[in-house]
Amino acid sequence: MDLGLEVDDSRGKVTVLTVEGEVDIATAPKLREKLVELAAGGATRVVVDLEKVEFLDSTGLGVLIGGMKRLRSTDGDLTLVCTQPRILKVFEITGLNRAFVIHDSVDQAAG
Amino acid sequence: MAETAPAPVLRLEIPARPSYVSMVRLVVGTAAKARRALVPERVEDLTLALSEACTNAIEAHGAAGTGDDLVTVEVEEADDRLIVTIVDRGTGFDPMELPPHPPVEHPERLNYERGLGIPIIRRLVDEVTFASSRRGTTVRMVLLCSPAPETALDIDLDDLSDLEAAWDEE
Repeated sequence: MDLGLEVDDSRGKVTVLTVEGEVDIATAPKLREKLVELAAGGATRVVVDLEKVEFLDSTGLGVLIGGMKRLRSTDGDLTLVCTQPRILKVFEITGLNRAFVIHDSVDQAAG
Repeated sequence: MAETAPAPVLRLEIPARPSYVSMVRLVVGTAAKARRALVPERVEDLTLALSEACTNAIEAHGAAGTGDDLVTVEVEEADDRLIVTIVDRGTGFDPMELPPHPPVEHPERLNYERGLGIPIIRRLVDEVTFASSRRGTTVRMVLLCSPAPETALDIDLDDLSDLEAAWDEE
């Protein structure tokens, strides 16, 4: 299954990356490439919208951590949008819900 | 009471390549649902733990530099448990030698982009054993079947008009 990635940079300083599908060892490299591309293109505040993600495992977590570190190194940040219990559970059991800022909606994250 | 010996449910062999992991999740998750062994929430625990184990298995083959190796996934069931075994023929690793992660609040924790898979498996399943050698690794995960969830509907017995309307239409 392919990973859907959609970039919305119409919100000024905030770039929204909407991810759709399953993030695992097969698809995570594509997400990493996109985050690297956004950071290289000058994006600093990136919101990754996970509402359309059906599955996420530690490979996906690793990419999100990598993206967050990269953006924070340039005074930016990577925040998340997620309200799905099964996806939030992955963050909770690893304790990474405390490392990421997780919002309920894109509007809240971009505000 | 003597425990029943586990009975085989399913055996899959997949090429040790990343694109096959989603299929394993789908097939094993569907089998667990069809067998009604696990409540839906635990099926999600199983597919996540399985994804982590298969990811490690495939990465072990990558490290070995082999091309057409196979990873085997077996599902067995007994009275009160589902057993899932993942076998690879990669280079192996020692789960006891994994460095402990720094506390979540510690800035260095963010250097751990990998190595989260085994802690996740340990957190999600009821029992897990890792047997590793130079010829490969066997991961055996056990999920206990929870009692059936409460399925009774929350019907207001003082207001059955909707049900009665359906009766009237008959």
